[in-house]
Amino acid sequence: MAEIISENELLAQLKERFPGAVEAAPAPQQGLIVAADRLLEVAQALRDEMGYTYLSSVTGVDYPQATNGLGPRFEAVYHFFRRSGGPLTVHVHTDHDNPVIPSLTPLFPSANFQEREAWDLMGIRFEGHPDLRRILLWEGFDGHPLRKDWKEVYYEQDQKPFDSRYPAGKPVRAEERVPLGNNLRYPPGWSPSDWRPLADVWGYGPHDEVAGQKNPRHPADRMVLNMGPHHPSTHGVLRLLVTLDGETIQKIEPSVGFLHRCHDKIGERNIWIANIPYTDRLDYICSMTNNLAYVVAVEKLLGVQVPERAEYIRVIMSEFTRWMNHAISIGFMGNDLGIYFTAVLYALEERELILDLFEMTSGSRMMCNYMRFGGVAHDIPEAGVTLARQLVTERLPRFMDKLEKYLTHNEIFRARTEGVGVLPADKAIAYGCTGPLLRGSGVPYDIRRAEPYSIYDRFDFDVISYPEGDVYARYKVRLGEMYESLKILRQALDQLPEGPIMDGKKRHNIKVPAGEAYGRIEAPKGELGFYLVSDGGPNPYRYHVRSPSFVNLQTMNEMCRGHLIADTVIILASIDITLGEVDR
Amino acid sequence: MSPRKRQLPEIPPDLVGTVHVTPIDQIYNWARKRSLWPIFFGLACCAIEMIATAAGRFDLSRFGMEIMRASPRQADLMMVTGTVTKKMAPQVVRIYNQMAEPKYVLAMGACAISGGPFKEGYNVVSGVDKLIPVDVYIPGCPPRPEALLHGILSIHARMEREHIPDLRWYRKGEVSEGIPVPELGPDLVDWRLADKIEALQQQTAE
Amino acid sequence: MHASLHVLKSFGVTVGRFIESYVDDLKWILKGGFHMRYSPAALPVRQSVKARGVFVVQYPQERLPLPERFRGFPFLIEGRCTACGTCARVCPPQCIWIKRAEDPETGKSLRRPESFFIDVSICMNCGFCAEFCPFDAIKMGHEIEIASFKGGDDFLWDLQRLTRPLSYHAQIHPTAYAEEEREKASKKKEE
Repeated sequence: MAEIISENELLAQLKERFPGAVEAAPAPQQGLIVAADRLLEVAQALRDEMGYTYLSSVTGVDYPQATNGLGPRFEAVYHFFRRSGGPLTVHVHTDHDNPVIPSLTPLFPSANFQEREAWDLMGIRFEGHPDLRRILLWEGFDGHPLRKDWKEVYYEQDQKPFDSRYPAGKPVRAEERVPLGNNLRYPPGWSPSDWRPLADVWGYGPHDEVAGQKNPRHPADRMVLNMGPHHPSTHGVLRLLVTLDGETIQKIEPSVGFLHRCHDKIGERNIWIANIPYTDRLDYICSMTNNLAYVVAVEKLLGVQVPERAEYIRVIMSEFTRWMNHAISIGFMGNDLGIYFTAVLYALEERELILDLFEMTSGSRMMCNYMRFGGVAHDIPEAGVTLARQLVTERLPRFMDKLEKYLTHNEIFRARTEGVGVLPADKAIAYGCTGPLLRGSGVPYDIRRAEPYSIYDRFDFDVISYPEGDVYARYKVRLGEMYESLKILRQALDQLPEGPIMDGKKRHNIKVPAGEAYGRIEAPKGELGFYLVSDGGPNPYRYHVRSPSFVNLQTMNEMCRGHLIADTVIILASIDITLGEVDR
Repeated sequence: MSPRKRQLPEIPPDLVGTVHVTPIDQIYNWARKRSLWPIFFGLACCAIEMIATAAGRFDLSRFGMEIMRASPRQADLMMVTGTVTKKMAPQVVRIYNQMAEPKYVLAMGACAISGGPFKEGYNVVSGVDKLIPVDVYIPGCPPRPEALLHGILSIHARMEREHIPDLRWYRKGEVSEGIPVPELGPDLVDWRLADKIEALQQQTAE
Repeated sequence: MHASLHVLKSFGVTVGRFIESYVDDLKWILKGGFHMRYSPAALPVRQSVKARGVFVVQYPQERLPLPERFRGFPFLIEGRCTACGTCARVCPPQCIWIKRAEDPETGKSLRRPESFFIDVSICMNCGFCAEFCPFDAIKMGHEIEIASFKGGDDFLWDLQRLTRPLSYHAQIHPTAYAEEEREKASKKKEE
């Protein structure tokens, strides 16, 4: 195990090992710049010798103009982590006209989907990637939308607020501004009459290959099954392509993008504060933690101090969200097992009471829009604190007892979940898993302990982890985390101080100092990170969401191979995804 | 319980001035509206509010609607809950085509009405009514369960005023063609707009 | 037989819930008759942490009271809007269009809007317009039952549709209204 060394020492060591390939990134950027042709060697050294085994986030940034003393380029930005501590940011530059970067997928499988996304939306080609296809959009889509020069059909201006709204605002529907009356645009010279769709726009090719290798004993048994995107058990619009041999799974591939709502592009157009309601819609079940992750990331750039009461309120809201998320996650897993709606309905009842608290405090049940830079939007009313206390001391523990009695030792439940969907610990780290998926495989990594944010270092709670790595272990992790959340809530409600909830006056037109930041929190589903690049203006320059569900979903193939088709939905439920987060 | 207060929304525009609804119609419509089976077409965040409406607190089964069918063949009401993206558009239309008539569509949430806050997105269809005909629109982001129930009661109100001989579905000789399923090309290709696209492309070429 | 014992315990949970809901109903019936179960007196108890039985809100006969801070759709308080444009600038999906009124003779801008449109089919109920209005002129209302058969222009609300009297604001936001009046009074005292 490599001992903890500072970033400067790390830079010195790397410079010694790989002369000419590594240098420090110029301020206000953070981390290192690694030359593209030596990237694989450096990454291997980081992983095998220096303890950076966990590659969390891979994204691309488009710099069409020279910035920071560096020329026009595309950048791929990687964030590596060790057992504890902050990120090591690695920038790799490539030519703006023909961006090509070696792929890290052979070394770090967690880069698989994220590099496909960078190819899809930015157009950076990753050489050596096993399967570089578009992931959020479809094969044949015209262009790479996140590039700075790519303008959408309803484009008005580069940045909000738009001049057409005030002072001479005449309402014009977006549809009326474009010739087709719709959000559609076709390349010049394209005509619908002589066009046929691409042969494999739905991605059956790699599966047909596997299915084509017929089983000699039962030649008709191999088939490709398409589950979704409209499916009662896929937790949203997720499509699973399954190659089956009889009922046993040979290969499974999640196909996503059916809820891709162009979050990154809209985020670049919005002003900083206007992104907060959009983050609500990422993981729409846990809106408070989404807000918190974004606000934590921006506060890293702003450098504001959050008052004590606001910190405690943030923790209270986050832990209620975590409890609620795990409750309905277990409920929906029960749904997929066949407990047709009983567990969900009980969990939803408790959730309604927690939503009462959220509504009383923030104004909305689900899309809370509650956190602000430097505090929270409104104070908890007295009735809210009373409700929170009643929930934590009476109501929710009673529900937990019921849930334990109902599921934990239930023979049918155990028979269907033990030994199913096993993910070994080393694979879990390699695939970049976080959250209950990682802790259910025996790796006790929790960001609240590894890189504490807010005031989590003041609370006494355990990190729950079980070594088996199957669905039952993840269920036990979630159940344990619900108990720990109640523990934290009790402490937070007891210690809740009086005081202001906001640092200074609320302002809507803030300018964030130039720089970059990667802010992450332990969201109920895993590590939710925001990579933000600011150019000093009122709008973000680059706004990227590293969502836990998207990265965790890559393990489906690993976990489902060899199982029966009926286990697929249970394994998917145990990963606990929300499509708003997967597709953004 | 307080006496039933009918909270009818205004009469649907295409049913204004219809012929008087006969008792047979009333019985038939009553039976249909009391067992309107929705299709579980949850796309995004509004789906969670739809699930909350079907759950314990706002209970859809009081209206006979708790069976959310997964198969469109068995459903009467399609609640489009959430943003319709271009990648999902072919599926939306295909499922609408597969529903047996009489069928109703309810657009729940800002995204289903007009694309909502994501309207400017390159992968977002600005309103599900660009693809399929919609009967009721419920604004909100997300609309509260009460608002969804109000929208469902509006569909009931619409159903109550339907006169069987006038309905398109029951007329002899009228075969309803499905809506042509859009395909994924350089952008979503909506075949109903093919002529318009052709004309526009020719124009820009000149 | 021993192997199935835990499953029976699980069934016990469901059966327990079932019985509990009838016992709870019985308690309310004994208090004053069948109609007591869904009376205005019972609603706040059955919808609180003390709920034990059936948890349902019998919409449309019963309605949950909306908390004061609930964010429905925006409304303008009569006479307060000065057409400063802050709400239009801060709105995340940019669904507010304001045309500032101008004096027809001098061309100078007057401190009121000539037209004010909000497209509620785009509005995401975030509440920023109300939060950042410097004149307390736009607030989030409690209207939620606004489903429409036509869509389209039904959802483009103009100045007339958006304007409400001050009494409406005082009625649905009592605490906030009291706070605003206190602040105004203390500011006046300073002057």
